[in-house]
Parts: sequence; structure tokens; C-alpha cells
Amino acid sequence: MHPAPSLIAFTTLSGVGFGLLALVGLGAGPNAVGFGWAACTVAGALCVTGLLCSTLHLGRPDRAWRALSQWRSSWLSREGVLAIATLAVFALYALTWLFGTGRSAVLGVLMSSLSVATVYATGMIYGQLKTVPTWSCPWTPWKFLALGLSSGSLVLLALIGFAGERGILSTFLATAALALAAVVVFNWKSSAAKADLASVGATPEEATGLGHIGRVRLLESPHSSPNYLMKEMVYKVARHRAKSLARVALIAGLVVPAVLLVLAFPIGGGFVVFVAALCHVVGILALRWAFFAEAKHAVSSYY
Amino acid sequence: MTMLPETPSVKLGLVIDLDTCVGCHACAVNCKSWNTGGYGAPLSDLDAYGSNPDGSWLNRIHTFEVTPDEGKAQLVHFPKSCLHCDDAPCVTVCPTGASYKRAEDGIVLVNEDHCMGCGLCAWACPYGARELDGDAGVMKKCTLCVDRIYNENLPEEDREPACVRACPARARHFGDLADPNSAVSKLVAERGGMDLMPGQGTKPVNKYLPPRPRRESNTGATAAGAVTAERPPNPEGGILGWLDRALESLG
Repeated sequence: MHPAPSLIAFTTLSGVGFGLLALVGLGAGPNAVGFGWAACTVAGALCVTGLLCSTLHLGRPDRAWRALSQWRSSWLSREGVLAIATLAVFALYALTWLFGTGRSAVLGVLMSSLSVATVYATGMIYGQLKTVPTWSCPWTPWKFLALGLSSGSLVLLALIGFAGERGILSTFLATAALALAAVVVFNWKSSAAKADLASVGATPEEATGLGHIGRVRLLESPHSSPNYLMKEMVYKVARHRAKSLARVALIAGLVVPAVLLVLAFPIGGGFVVFVAALCHVVGILALRWAFFAEAKHAVSSYY
Repeated sequence: MTMLPETPSVKLGLVIDLDTCVGCHACAVNCKSWNTGGYGAPLSDLDAYGSNPDGSWLNRIHTFEVTPDEGKAQLVHFPKSCLHCDDAPCVTVCPTGASYKRAEDGIVLVNEDHCMGCGLCAWACPYGARELDGDAGVMKKCTLCVDRIYNENLPEEDREPACVRACPARARHFGDLADPNSAVSKLVAERGGMDLMPGQGTKPVNKYLPPRPRRESNTGATAAGAVTAERPPNPEGGILGWLDRALESLG
């Protein structure tokens, strides 16, 4: 599949933002209004920027509001509805925290649940597609959730550090989330490795129905230059870079943040954790690029 | 709207005969011609006279080589357009409700005034039946020429999809595949009409008729023998024989 920068940015940034919201909603971080401003501004900016990035992918962004109507069947529509509901509850939560009576546990838990549901829906936009075998595996939405949690918890820890607190519990949480993300990503990778076009009934023989005669291969393409389908779904360039991307994901996404988290204990402070969070997000970007670029679509059996 | 309707009582669709398709692309050309001037936004052409021509087509003809375990390979021309699936994944993934399947005749259409061009339906379709129009920013797909088949301003013989009307080999047939007595249903029953990628669970309405088994005289050994044969030992008599001998004497 074509790794569109708008979709890579959308899934990564909104994952961090909603991950942060989920943790803040559960009462993570100090109750001070100063921290509240920092956490709410960063989380809001990440979520909104992510969602705006997703509209860059549209042929007609002016009609994006229509996407809220089909929540009964479409995961993309559900994602939109849940994202807006989460942001609405977030606005109330932020207003009461920053200008009113302080952090509301009820609004917080609701915001947290909605954030988790939003990221799950983002994952299911891809997880629902039977045409792309590496995406349709059951681990796909959990991968989005685990990475949202790990990146959100690192950003949270950095903000707590900048606020001058140590956050022992949050450090433990971030470390555990990082380990969980590593396990989930590894499981996703090993199940994706087994998922080929044959596993979803989309070999050239099944695509043409000619398997009973013999082996099928394309002799002549239907057109002389690449078409939309080939550019969007038979994209091959980045598959060559799979190994380098995996290395970036492993080192920047896991090793460096883990080492920095350990260092942050004696050194303390938000800056070290902030660098850890940045590195982790770079790792997620590499993973997400590979998630798109390495995915094979059923239609490639015709090409 | 993006929920699928109950199984329609009429299922209009195509039956494509892979045995008779000659790969001339007339169906694709007539489809492009009709649908550029008909329903919805025109089928765009980008850089049509430049070095990287690009454009939307609703119908494309691939040519496959099929190699059996023994014997020679066979060529199969393979026209491909929307299959108007009963369980169309392109319909249920659509977030705007622009993509829908008609309850009355099973035709899958895009409401181009509502489509936001996210491309998710094209991702959900295993057959590559949908292409995003690079100019209008909306999804294009085969409409089964919905603006021809019910059009009372057209002579009756023209009230069928442009691809069917254009096919010089009569490789394409149009009709109601829900009616077991329709000509298309009988053709499917007689010739073992098949679904593409049944494992995807899309339940396509359109059916493909497989190539008929090849006759013995067409097998590799005989055909190759004919090409390499020496001059027949007993040349013909009559004027052709005389001509043959005359030509031979010229060297």
C-alpha cells in the first residue's frame, strides 16, 4: 500500500494525543492548574493536528463532515464520531480543571474510555480490510492501542518532569507501557509474517478463477502507464527498505527510550524523558511507514 | 445508507465469457466514452498528451498466461469491472454514505455529491473496481450504465451497458442474475459461471465463464508440427500445384 504521509502523521499523532488523554482522564499527573494547562494544551494540539492531517488525504476535504453519518457500519465513521465525542468531553474536563472546580473523576473516566475507543476505531479502519492480509489480523487494533498508551505515557512523564515532579508511579507506568508495546508489536509482526494473499483467498489463480487450468501470471497489463490502483495499492518502493525501517523502529522506538527512562531515575527532570518520547514517536513513525508500505493488497494479484 | 439492503429480488449484472473475449478493449473504450459524458463527474484524463498519461477507467482488460502442469500455456483475455457484489465491502466501509447498493436492482453506485474521496472503498474492494478521480476528487466506479439501461429516450437495443453493446465478440452478456430463467442465468448454469476470489466472501453478482477445454488439434504438439513441417511430399495438382512448382523453380 502507498504510505501516505498524511495517514502516517494522522495515526501517529492522534495515537499519542488520545493516549495522553486516556491517562490524564484516569487522574495521572499532579492536580496543579499549571500542569493542567500543559497537559491539556499538548494533548489537544496532538489530537487536533492528527485529525486535521487525516483530512489532507481526502479528495474533497470540504465534505469531511459527512463522514460522521455512517457509524452503524463504517469504522472510519465511528472513528470520527468517537474522536469528536472525546474532544467534547475533553473540553468540559479541561474547562472544569483549569477554570472551575478541579479535575472531575466522572468526566475523566468518560474521556479516558472514549479515547481508548477512538484509538481502537482507528486501528479497525485498517483491521477491517480483508483485502490486506497483514492488516486484517486480530492484533492490528491492539498494536494501535499499545503504541498510543506507550507514547502517551512517555509524553505524560515528560510533562510531569517539566512540572518539577518525580512521578515514580508514572515512570513505572511508562516503562511497563513500553514493554507492553514491544510485546504487542512483536506479536503483530509474527502474525503478519504468516498472512499472505493465499491466506485471504486472493492468489492470481483465485483472482482470475483460472486456477483449474494452471498457474496464472500477467502477460499484458491493461494500460501503458501506472493507474490509481497501482499507485495506491500495488506500491512496492518502500518494501526494499523494510530492514532499515525495522532497525529504526527498534533502536529509536524501544532501545533509546528504555535507556533514557533508566537514566532519568538518577538524573531526573523532564528533558531526558522528553527526548525519550520524541525518539519513541520517531520509532512509531517508522513502524507506521512499514505498516503501510509492506502491506500487500488483494488487487496486486491482477498486476 | 451504507448498510447493505436485503438480498435484492432483481440482481442486474454481467456475464463475461473468457472463452470468446478477444482482448480488443472495445468495451473499455466505449465505457470510457459513455461515462465521460454521462452519469456523474466525467472520467478524467490527466496529462493525456504528455509523457505520463493517467486517468480513470471503469473497465480494464488484462491478459493472463495460464500454464498447466503439462502442455502449452494458454492466453486468456480478462475484462474486469465492478462485480456489484451482494456483500459489497465497499458499501459498508464508506463513512459518508456515498457508496450504496440499490435495493431494487442490486447495482452498486457512488453518490458523487456526497463522496469525500477518502479512498477507503477502493481499499476494501479486492477486485480493483474503483478508482479515485484525480480531477473531481471523488470515487468512480462502474454504474452498469444505469443511465442507459432504463433510458426510454434510447432505442430499445441500446438499453444495455456500453461495454455489452460494443463487444464485437459477444463476450459480454447483461441481465438479471436473480432470475434462474433469464438468458444470463442459463448461460451461467450451462457453462459453469464462476466467482472471482470466492474466499473474500463478497458474493459477486457478475459471473465469469471459464475458457472451454482446448481441442486436440489445437494442442502444442500438433501446432508446433504444422509450423516446422517440410513441403508436403505430394504437391497438389491443378493451378495451385503448378504455381507451387513454378515458384520452387524460381528458387
